[in-house]
Amino acid sequence: MLDPTTNKEPEGSAVPGPKKVSRRQLLTVLGVGLNVIAGALFTVPILGYILAPGGRRAMRKDLEWITLGPLTQFPVGETRLATYRNPFVRSWDGATGDIPCWVRRIADNQFQVFAINCAHLGCPVRWFPQSGLFMCPCHGGAYYADGSRASGPPPRGLFQYDYKLENKELWIKAGQMPTLASPPSVACADHPRRCSCA
Amino acid sequence: MRLIRGLGQWFDHRLQLGKPIQEAMSHPVPRRAASWAYVFGSASLTVLILQFVTGICLAFVYVPSAGEAWNSLQVLNHQQAFGWFVRALHGWGSNFMVAIVLIHMIQVFLFGAYKYPRELTWIVGVFLLLMTLGMAFTGQVLRFDQDAYWGLGIGASIMGHVPLIGGNLVKLMLGGPIIASETLSRFFSIHVFIVPGALIAFVGVHLLMVLKLGINEWPVPGRVVKRETYLTEYHELTHKDGVPFVPDAFRKDLVFSGLVILAIVACAALFGPYGPAGAPDPTVVQTAPRPDFFFLWLFAALALLPPSMETILLLVGPVIAIGLLIALPLVSPTGEKSWRRRPIAALSLLLIVVSLAAFTQLGVKSPWSPVMDAWSSTPVPQKFLDGRSPLENQGAIVVQEKQCRNCHALGDEGGKRGPALDIVATRLTEDQLIRQVLQGGGNMPAYGKNLSPAETTALVAFLKTLHPSNQVPAGDAALVSTGPVPPESPTK
Repeated sequence: MLDPTTNKEPEGSAVPGPKKVSRRQLLTVLGVGLNVIAGALFTVPILGYILAPGGRRAMRKDLEWITLGPLTQFPVGETRLATYRNPFVRSWDGATGDIPCWVRRIADNQFQVFAINCAHLGCPVRWFPQSGLFMCPCHGGAYYADGSRASGPPPRGLFQYDYKLENKELWIKAGQMPTLASPPSVACADHPRRCSCA
Repeated sequence: MRLIRGLGQWFDHRLQLGKPIQEAMSHPVPRRAASWAYVFGSASLTVLILQFVTGICLAFVYVPSAGEAWNSLQVLNHQQAFGWFVRALHGWGSNFMVAIVLIHMIQVFLFGAYKYPRELTWIVGVFLLLMTLGMAFTGQVLRFDQDAYWGLGIGASIMGHVPLIGGNLVKLMLGGPIIASETLSRFFSIHVFIVPGALIAFVGVHLLMVLKLGINEWPVPGRVVKRETYLTEYHELTHKDGVPFVPDAFRKDLVFSGLVILAIVACAALFGPYGPAGAPDPTVVQTAPRPDFFFLWLFAALALLPPSMETILLLVGPVIAIGLLIALPLVSPTGEKSWRRRPIAALSLLLIVVSLAAFTQLGVKSPWSPVMDAWSSTPVPQKFLDGRSPLENQGAIVVQEKQCRNCHALGDEGGKRGPALDIVATRLTEDQLIRQVLQGGGNMPAYGKNLSPAETTALVAFLKTLHPSNQVPAGDAALVSTGPVPPESPTK
């Protein structure tokens, strides 16, 4: 029984005994415990939801083969801008689903497919056939025709996609924004700095 | 009148807010703290409220979808009544917000207001500054145009520098493997829900501490902060020679906040909204992305850092900078408050301000960026062609055709990445010119593979003519001392 004025149990009503848990203590423990469990059940999935894209079991894979179109679009000895629809595109991606890349056809069956993103900080590099250079408009990185670093701040050559030729079409393995941490091709992974990529 | 009073009493009897508000308004502040130097905190709050109002209005129309965001900005700019004005208010409000928060911080630093017992107020303020900058950056992303797209690319690439978990961080930031719809949705959530929520909480704590601890007294040289005596001294100062916050100090806050709002409205009306620039279509590679004004210093630093130090400075630099800001009141909680007795503090501040201003100025000019269309849009000035031989003029064509002008200026037009070529012949001999062109070096690409022998001959012949008429071109020291100066066609 509670004394309404002091909100304390009247003296003498407590049953003596060292291990006796009062109803109030039990309720407190139960209340805290329930909320810890509920909180965990609530928090863990939400954290999983927020962190999912960075996790190993992301809903979308990072790379997938995708075609850049028939080989005839790429004359031997030239470097051309090609675009592909990002293989993991959402219907509301709009223009951001179209990703450009530079295709250099060295010989009949020999290609180099460079990512558009500068290896320094990801700005779009532009190809200048007259001087045979890729130039970056942001911080002034420059690359030779084979993608190797020519000058400026980039720590390595241009990122390259793995490619294959199938049904007279050029296919690349793409879908991920190339960065130093995740280059699309392992071609340069051995020498992450000052890589020639040749 | 009686009705209003009665209504007021009815509400106050239930809300019981009247007394605390009365106390907060009339709390005494040091007489000299009712100063024009103390108006920036309240002005920041005013602009913050303005940003909330305009931001909520923008959300009525803005569509946070990668495919539609840019179009909805166009609707705001051109179709929705006053849409352009609300966008302009929000954009200019953001500029004023960053500027006023920085001025507020400088004032607090110079006046030693972070010292005991206001250390935590400063630390919370540091987080408020970071949130303000975070709002500025994420806001720039929501203006989903070319600059926003490639700005995200720069952000992701910086994340890519982080060892071990860099790849995960990139995907976490982008909400997927590549910049797309989830990226924009993520930044929308951060800009509209997460950071504003945190801002409200932190501003609340910041203000609460200002009320509880009192406004910093005007620093007087020689009045030293000591833990044992400060609180008593401050109490005496405010109660013997203090003035009530409202109206004595509040008047100036009121005037300045009004002026700030008027300035924002004027800027918005005169200069209009920011962009959006071109549509966020990554296949349009004819673009030169630039960040907004308050991040230009960072853009400049990223271009100028030595590549070998870049990763370390990118990852460790911010940690050190934020750490120093947070540690400041903990390291020096007592002592002199006046900037007249804190020369190192004042000079450090000057150094930081001058450095940031210099980097910002460099960012505006970005001399390290090639001018991508200089070779096709900026002709060789006539004075460098007059009186040249056909071979030399052919060399001028090579200069143009091979995009040399993208990095090298002639007559102050063209890129500034490399040295101007106006008087290059006074610095390099013929042999050195040939070597430099073919092999590159000193941050210049080698052109050996892209110049035929004939082109090289013509190019060097032209470059050899680039020297003032009254100055002899550089020559081989051994030959110059014995032989005559080779005949050159002088620059007119």
